[in-house]
Amino acid sequence: MKQVKHRNSASKLLILGTVFLFTFFSPVFAQEETAVDNTAVVAEASSGGDAVKGEALFKSLCAACHKRYKKMTGPALFGVADKYDREWIYSWVKNSAAMIASGDSKAIAIYEEYNKTAMNAFPQLTNSDIDNILAYVMEPKAAPVTPVGVVPVGTDSDSGVSLDIVLGILVLVFLMLLVVLFLVNKTLRSFAEANNVTLPDSDRLPIWKAFIQNQFLVLVTAILLLLASAYFVYGYFMQVGVDQGYAPIQPIHYSHKIHAGDNQIECKYCHSSARVSKHSGIPSLNVCMNCHKSISEVADATATADYSKEFYDGEIQKLYKAVGWDADSQSYTGETEPVKWVRIHNLPDFAYFNHSQHVSVAGVECQTCHGPVEEMEIMYQHAPLTMGWCINCHRETNVKVADNEYYEKIHEELSKKYGVDQLTAAQMGGLECGKCHY
Amino acid sequence: MSSNKKYWKSVEELNENSSIVETLQQNEFVQEIPTDEFLGDKSSLENSSTSRRDFLKYVGFSTAAASLAACEGPVKKSIPYVVQPERIVPGVANYYATTIADGYDFASVLIKTREGRPIKVENNNLATSNGDANARVHASVLSLYDNSRLQGPKKGTEDIDWEVLDKEVKSKLANLGGKQIVVLTQTYASPSTSRLIEEFKAKYQNVKHVVYDAVSNSEALDAYKLMYGERALADYDFSKASTIISIDADFLGDWQGGGYDSGYAKGRIPKNGKMSKHIHIEANMSLTGANADKRIKATPSQQKQVLAALYKYITGSGSKGALDSGLDAEVVKAAAHIKKAGRNAVVVSGIPDVDAQLVVLEINKAIQSKAFNESTPRTIRKGNAKAVAQLVKDMNAGRIGGLLIAGVNPVYTLPNANEFKSGLEKVDVSVAFSMHNDATAELCGYVATTPHYLESWGDVELKKGSYSLMQPTIRPLFKTRQFQDTLLKWVDNDSTYHQYIKSTWTGILGGSSWNQTLQDGVLVKPVLPKQELVDALQVQEGEVENSPIATGPNVGAAARRLSVAKSNGLELTLYTKTALGDGQQANNPWLQEMPDPITRTSWDNYLTVSKSDADKLGMMNENVANGALNGSYAKVVLNGVEVVAPVLIQPGQAEGSVGLALGYGKSKGLKEDMNVGVNAYPLYQNFNSTQEVSVSLVEGTHEFACVQLHNTLMGRGDIVKETTLEIFNTKDKHVWNSIPEVSKNHIEYEVTSPEVDLWDEFDRSIGHHFNLSIDLNACTGCGACVIACHAENNVPVVGKSEIRRSRDMHWLRIDRYYSSEDTFEGDDTKKNNIAGLGSSLSEFGEMENASDNPQVVFQPVMCQHCNHAPCETVCPVAATSHGRQGQNHMAYNRCVGTRYCANNCPYKVRRFNWFLYNDNDEFDYHMNNDLGRMVLNPDVTVRSRGVMEKCSMCIQMTQKTILDAKRDGRVIKDGEFKTACSAACSSGAMAFGDINDKDSEIAKLKEDNRMYHLLEHVGTKPNVIYHTKVRNTTEA
Repeated sequence: MKQVKHRNSASKLLILGTVFLFTFFSPVFAQEETAVDNTAVVAEASSGGDAVKGEALFKSLCAACHKRYKKMTGPALFGVADKYDREWIYSWVKNSAAMIASGDSKAIAIYEEYNKTAMNAFPQLTNSDIDNILAYVMEPKAAPVTPVGVVPVGTDSDSGVSLDIVLGILVLVFLMLLVVLFLVNKTLRSFAEANNVTLPDSDRLPIWKAFIQNQFLVLVTAILLLLASAYFVYGYFMQVGVDQGYAPIQPIHYSHKIHAGDNQIECKYCHSSARVSKHSGIPSLNVCMNCHKSISEVADATATADYSKEFYDGEIQKLYKAVGWDADSQSYTGETEPVKWVRIHNLPDFAYFNHSQHVSVAGVECQTCHGPVEEMEIMYQHAPLTMGWCINCHRETNVKVADNEYYEKIHEELSKKYGVDQLTAAQMGGLECGKCHY
Repeated sequence: MSSNKKYWKSVEELNENSSIVETLQQNEFVQEIPTDEFLGDKSSLENSSTSRRDFLKYVGFSTAAASLAACEGPVKKSIPYVVQPERIVPGVANYYATTIADGYDFASVLIKTREGRPIKVENNNLATSNGDANARVHASVLSLYDNSRLQGPKKGTEDIDWEVLDKEVKSKLANLGGKQIVVLTQTYASPSTSRLIEEFKAKYQNVKHVVYDAVSNSEALDAYKLMYGERALADYDFSKASTIISIDADFLGDWQGGGYDSGYAKGRIPKNGKMSKHIHIEANMSLTGANADKRIKATPSQQKQVLAALYKYITGSGSKGALDSGLDAEVVKAAAHIKKAGRNAVVVSGIPDVDAQLVVLEINKAIQSKAFNESTPRTIRKGNAKAVAQLVKDMNAGRIGGLLIAGVNPVYTLPNANEFKSGLEKVDVSVAFSMHNDATAELCGYVATTPHYLESWGDVELKKGSYSLMQPTIRPLFKTRQFQDTLLKWVDNDSTYHQYIKSTWTGILGGSSWNQTLQDGVLVKPVLPKQELVDALQVQEGEVENSPIATGPNVGAAARRLSVAKSNGLELTLYTKTALGDGQQANNPWLQEMPDPITRTSWDNYLTVSKSDADKLGMMNENVANGALNGSYAKVVLNGVEVVAPVLIQPGQAEGSVGLALGYGKSKGLKEDMNVGVNAYPLYQNFNSTQEVSVSLVEGTHEFACVQLHNTLMGRGDIVKETTLEIFNTKDKHVWNSIPEVSKNHIEYEVTSPEVDLWDEFDRSIGHHFNLSIDLNACTGCGACVIACHAENNVPVVGKSEIRRSRDMHWLRIDRYYSSEDTFEGDDTKKNNIAGLGSSLSEFGEMENASDNPQVVFQPVMCQHCNHAPCETVCPVAATSHGRQGQNHMAYNRCVGTRYCANNCPYKVRRFNWFLYNDNDEFDYHMNNDLGRMVLNPDVTVRSRGVMEKCSMCIQMTQKTILDAKRDGRVIKDGEFKTACSAACSSGAMAFGDINDKDSEIAKLKEDNRMYHLLEHVGTKPNVIYHTKVRNTTEA
């Protein structure tokens, strides 16, 4: 059954109107562009290593445990060249365990401070490699880059105000036109009277009277009106309980775009129960922590015009709070606050849906029903989740019978019966009431 | 021959003048639909200010308003685990093996858990003994979610902490000044608990352990001890018996711990022309008596005489006393059966008398019964009646300083509860280990609140060499601590009971692994038979020995004492009902609502009286207009104790005897709705279940919730097919299981022939086609399937008054039919031959006796899933439709509640939701609180008001099996498909499977000669098949 798409028609009209207006009024309301001086100060490392080579080495060897400006498994490395003697650093990097064993007091102090976690030895690094790395880590933290035209989230109410003003002005203009017309008319008439011109009395019926007297037209119009209203009423009722596009605000701003899109994480890595269970399952927080133990902030490049890096980092902090992770001591506190996500896809209780049937057996892509999740900054309901939508897919989709011994016999018999090679879910009995309602 | 026999469901149906039966047969629905009242009065219709137009306006407005109000969906929250346990995947069930051991029911079971909460009990198929859960065990999962449970330890009425309780009780127990401490417990049959109590005895000197069974088997235990030197119960294997003589032993019920039905049923299915012969002698109509080939009525005193006579006929010694000649003739026949069967015979008895139990053991010994396992006695009853009686005396004498009461409720169950109460006041420190604030806990100084068995650890030795482990399936819901953990604290042992069991089991395990045993739930160790017995058997294999081996007890004297048993007044036999047992789970609405298999009455216990005694005493039962049953009240007096109970006239009740069920009338520690029936324990004096009482009529009428006349089959009657073993063996199938014929163009066709089919046959040869088979021979009517269906399918509980209105929601009912031994055709000839007044009086009198001792058939009936379903064609909204797998689907969300389908169903298996049964204070059962709702199966919709529901053939289970196979990419094996009822059926009466799998068991069952469909002539072609009942009427 086709869904009547009319819901947003009123708002669409409004938007169109506004756009139209903006084209006229843009000089008045154009935002002032602020040029941001984007000159980052890059300090030269004192020893003169190559920071670019150092960055590559740092990312491949050190980043698992160290960050430049923040404690992780190991200490933050910014400033390390000032704190320690360069020769000491060379020998530490090459074999820290030997230094601890030899009783070096500084080495032991570090070892004790970081929960007696020994650092891997890197004998393959030359002194110049280490210089390069130090050059990279000694770069001072770049001032946060403010992207052009960043609007703080949730404060776009000023555009609403301007819209009101625009509309108000519009109304005023129309009123003035009306008044002008009336006055012109009146003036012309008085001119005519003054010149003794008698205005001919129109003996033609007003058009509305003529319309009323023509019963055929009335009938046609009435039918048209009725049909039109029936169309809209039907459309209205058909969308009752259909929450397509439902995108509630979640307690933690979790971006599927960053995880599934930018970072290409498999859907079922987190939603693992979709393979075996009727529920796809909201991942438990320990799954998040598999990665987020070491990812406590987003990269600068992740920030977008709508969401700043600070915003995303704040959201990761929310996760830490919920799961009870103390980033400073790198340990769980045991104080947890389970996250109360707002459920988006709500099938009614009387409909049975099993993810594993679709994901594991049929091999349906998650996107088929959930839409382009990898592009969704905010998760929303993509499909209408109506029965008609389910049934359509069952009618059109072929059952994946290949390499499944279960289907062998039934496939052979059914293809003989229907005279086809490929069977749809409907031919397999996928339209029967009891398959989903019990 | 089957077709001539007339079946009836209640005494009322035998009354030709009864208008009610006639009315019920004619009515589609039991309730009168008030159309005449509503539309008949023309003047009032005309005067009404509400016109039809107004009515339509209101309807239109309210519909529009309701749909507008429904536009906004509620915001739903989803809260995932913070750290998800590895084994839990939301939406996937886990199973754990555990054991119920509540002192009355002992069984090894599997528990199905979803998202960490137990939702269903299943049979443990690995268990070789007590692996079959009965109705109470199936329902026990609901008792876990009982919101009247205590939530923490108490001192008097105030809540305290466990530390405080430990400290106070320990110091008090240590300073009793030499007074005795008594540990009064249920039967635990637990090696670890026994060891722990020994440790407790060692720490606190002067400790005595008294084991108390509310329903005692003390006399059987004593007799076994006299004979074999060990206080235990004899173990029988009825599958090895070809002749079973039972004297008041309700072994399909709760006799000596129960659990015998699967063995019994194995011998009841005719195989190679043979089946077991079962003769039953009893006073009350019991489940076992109802299943017997021949049931002989005898009052308790007569039963003793019968046993003495049987002893005489078999062993040649003793005397038969003053036995009635009619009974004597039956005993002679029974003895002949035993002699013929030789070692394949077995005699059992439930007579509560040491002499009787001795004689039975002696008879089995004499015939060297194969069914009697001497080497593996049962250890699941240990109660000692004498010790309990002594305890009450000691308490009143002030000799008891400390009393720990665990797992028993003596204030409710003791016959001399008042003495116990007064004694309890003289005890310095009393602690009740209880789940509820029951009658005993209320009077104790402290309540050490215990968890449910699904939250506890434990071990059980069910019978010698057969062990079973209990493990928690959920964390304790409340601040509870099990009895054993508390004892460990009090003996200053730091280990938990879990660790303690493991240490006990190092000796028991032998070479087996603990983890494997815990996973299986059971461990069976070989027990060597006693050497002298083996020797004796080798010498005398196959022979019947005539002289008993001389042993300690004087059995001859015992038999003589039995033979002179006599009685003066009415004899009362106290029994336990299938649903409630000893009354521990009285707060369980599933059990309360389960109709008794025999009387089909729920929510009550009652005095069962024979028709002739009822007439003498002026008591009556009558069915009122809507089919509900009313009955008189009777006063039962015994040694000054008076109990007033409603009367139910029971066909088959021995004249001169009455029966009353224990376990009802509990008033403390449970919801008010569950406080039904009368407490019969005050009549259980000296722990003797048979008593001489005087009974008199008292004023008033009792309203029963009896479903026996509900859902009538519109007078289509003969849905039971029955024959005798002789006819079954010798005659052709057409004689005893003929398919009805219909005439077309003057040619007779069988109704199953496509020639006379109104419908086009749908092709069901592809994919699965499910059939459910029910063998009337193996079905004992135990009701486990009824409860399993409740648990699996979220069937609501409706309460007593709704049941009375025939609005019960059971998807699966077990119909009970009575029939006289012979056909009514014989009666017709007899009636026609009556000559003269004198003759007519006597002959009619004889014919009246039809209801005296009826034969009984149990027939489970659920939706028959007709291939040509009458319900489907009449549904105006296509809410019920047919699947090609043979299941008749019911889409609740589509149903508008016209009830046309129920109207058109010839089997009356559809149930209408008259009300919203969940979250409704009017139905304050488990679905009305958050705790109780945790038992609901998340895979099955909870139905709402105004929709029809019925058996779905557990489509959620078949779909699950199919999905699992698809995911693994494999073919489904026979036996994988199950329904809740077929999985619960331990007797093997129900089998389920795919008939398109030609090698499956169900396909073979469908081709069996005994197979028939219900109401075959209606042409509905059901997917539920039945097997004709065969009765073994052969004489020796």
